[in-house]
Amino acid sequence: MQREGSPFTGLGPVFIKELSDHLTSIRMLVLTLFVIVFGAFPVASSLQTLRTVVGADAYLYLRIFTIEPEQVPISFITALNFIIPLMAIGLGFDSVNSEFNRRTLSRVLSQPIYRDALLLGKFLGGLMTLAVGLLALWLIVFGAGLLLLGIPPRGVEVARAFGFLLVAIAYGGVWLSISMLFSVIFRSTATSALCALGMWLFFFILWPMIANAIVLGFAPREITSVDQYVGIQEFAIAIQRLSPGTLFSEALLGLLNPETRTLGFMLPTQMRGAIPNAPLPLDQSLLLIWPQVTGLIAGMIVVFAAAYVVFQREEVRA
Amino acid sequence: MADNVIEARGLLKVYGATRAVDAIDIDIRRGEIFGLLGPNGAGKTTTILMMLGLTETSGGKVSVLGFDPVRQPLQVKRRVGYLPDAVGFYDHMTARENLTYTARLLAIPRREATGRIMEAMKSVALDDVIDKRVSTYSRGMRQRLGIAEIVMKRAEVAILDEPTSGLDPHATFELLEMIRGLKRAGVAVLLSSHLLDRVQSVCDRVALFNKGKIALMGTVVELANQVLGAGHPLLVEASGIDVATALRGIEGVQQVVSAGEGGWRVVADRDVRATVAQRIVSSGGALTKLSDLQPSLEEVYTHYFEGERRAA
Repeated sequence: MQREGSPFTGLGPVFIKELSDHLTSIRMLVLTLFVIVFGAFPVASSLQTLRTVVGADAYLYLRIFTIEPEQVPISFITALNFIIPLMAIGLGFDSVNSEFNRRTLSRVLSQPIYRDALLLGKFLGGLMTLAVGLLALWLIVFGAGLLLLGIPPRGVEVARAFGFLLVAIAYGGVWLSISMLFSVIFRSTATSALCALGMWLFFFILWPMIANAIVLGFAPREITSVDQYVGIQEFAIAIQRLSPGTLFSEALLGLLNPETRTLGFMLPTQMRGAIPNAPLPLDQSLLLIWPQVTGLIAGMIVVFAAAYVVFQREEVRA
Repeated sequence: MADNVIEARGLLKVYGATRAVDAIDIDIRRGEIFGLLGPNGAGKTTTILMMLGLTETSGGKVSVLGFDPVRQPLQVKRRVGYLPDAVGFYDHMTARENLTYTARLLAIPRREATGRIMEAMKSVALDDVIDKRVSTYSRGMRQRLGIAEIVMKRAEVAILDEPTSGLDPHATFELLEMIRGLKRAGVAVLLSSHLLDRVQSVCDRVALFNKGKIALMGTVVELANQVLGAGHPLLVEASGIDVATALRGIEGVQQVVSAGEGGWRVVADRDVRATVAQRIVSSGGALTKLSDLQPSLEEVYTHYFEGERRAA
């Protein structure tokens, strides 16, 4: 049956309300503190390390993001790989079920809007909040770089770093839609938070092990040819890539380490003729990470669609 | 039919094997207060949600102000105000902010909204606390804020689900006054409740729900006649004589039963008060009370469901 009226009626007000709710909430303050503490530490240490290194590096600014300083064994992007999901879960885990529990859902839905607008407005509000937070963090990193390194970044560095920002937002979007999916499924906010966090731990800790076990299970006992070996390796990588964290770190590797030529498995014969450590131009790097970025965005849309379907079927009565 | 704001024909809602709402027909007329009564789980809320397009119908037709809630929910929701059972507002926002959000969802221009919100808050006597956070509001104040939302919306139909549940008598009284105010403003009101005596005082017509069906529908007097039998029930209190014997043989008296503590319930097919008084006094009894019993909805309700239980 065809329903009348645009599904986006009322999207604007919902978006603005969600955004202002997020930005003024104490939770946002806590999350910001969290990000600053976790992000500032690796950045400060990598800047420290970079200052002591003498020598020309064409991509000095990108190194702030990627190098693993001696004092702290994690780089800024590793830290982000970890923090962004937490931020996104923090913003999304109670977005729909809290409306249920506050008994505001049926009242809001009795206004002339579709559920589509409510869910999408909430998602976009969360994504925008995430984007604002990441942009602030990004600017802080650049500002700290300017102050401590004393040289301005080159255009291509800014462009690559900006690409990093967009990928980070898409990655946050995946986790935001995952946490919103749980907030639609479970009426209890605690259960939904627990499930989202469980998912996060699963992908970070268990998934690499499970992927390994799957590959071992499928691998033949004896590897007899190069093709077979390559096949197994590629299978292993493919399974790893089901985790959004893998896609994120691969995309960042291609963007922030311009020397990266491939994100998959490569045989030495394929390297023949390549100049070692020669950076790729930006467009080639973008081509390289395009599947990863597409994967992240597709994942975000698929999970959001799932949340949408569940939400449409939900009864509004408490 | 121009004077019906809501028309439902064979409205059906099936959850699995149970029929929550079983093919009901309802007409709500413009400017009346209509009460949906019945025990919990009888299908009142489901009926309301279907009228608002908040839950899908399993069959039948419903039309609200000429629109189909299934296909044109936005048109319906623009014109109908809904106060859910135990309505919730955003606690961290003030009443004004809450209503402003609703006004934005309704796409009311900002300048107009400010005036309408103030006006609505005045009509429910909350204008002095308009800038307080809703978390400081009592339950009664929240319900009133819900009414204010409907007033601000300038709804043509107001649907109130258990508006008085959980309120103290004073707050209930105030809220019912506001519901009458809605009616005076020309709004058709559909309310569901189990507080029967309160409902009786505001409703023009009622429908009695039972297991997803409408068992009875009409004005309170009509229902009383249907369930309790036609006639004039009287309450007689007298001492010194046996009232039942004394009243035997009066023309028109159908039934005399003891109502306990010296009181008797007399049912007659006409007004027999004068004759009853005469007979009691002439037989030497002291008449202490003689009153016309208004048929109460409570009585209708109890009687009806007792009959149902006995039949089952």
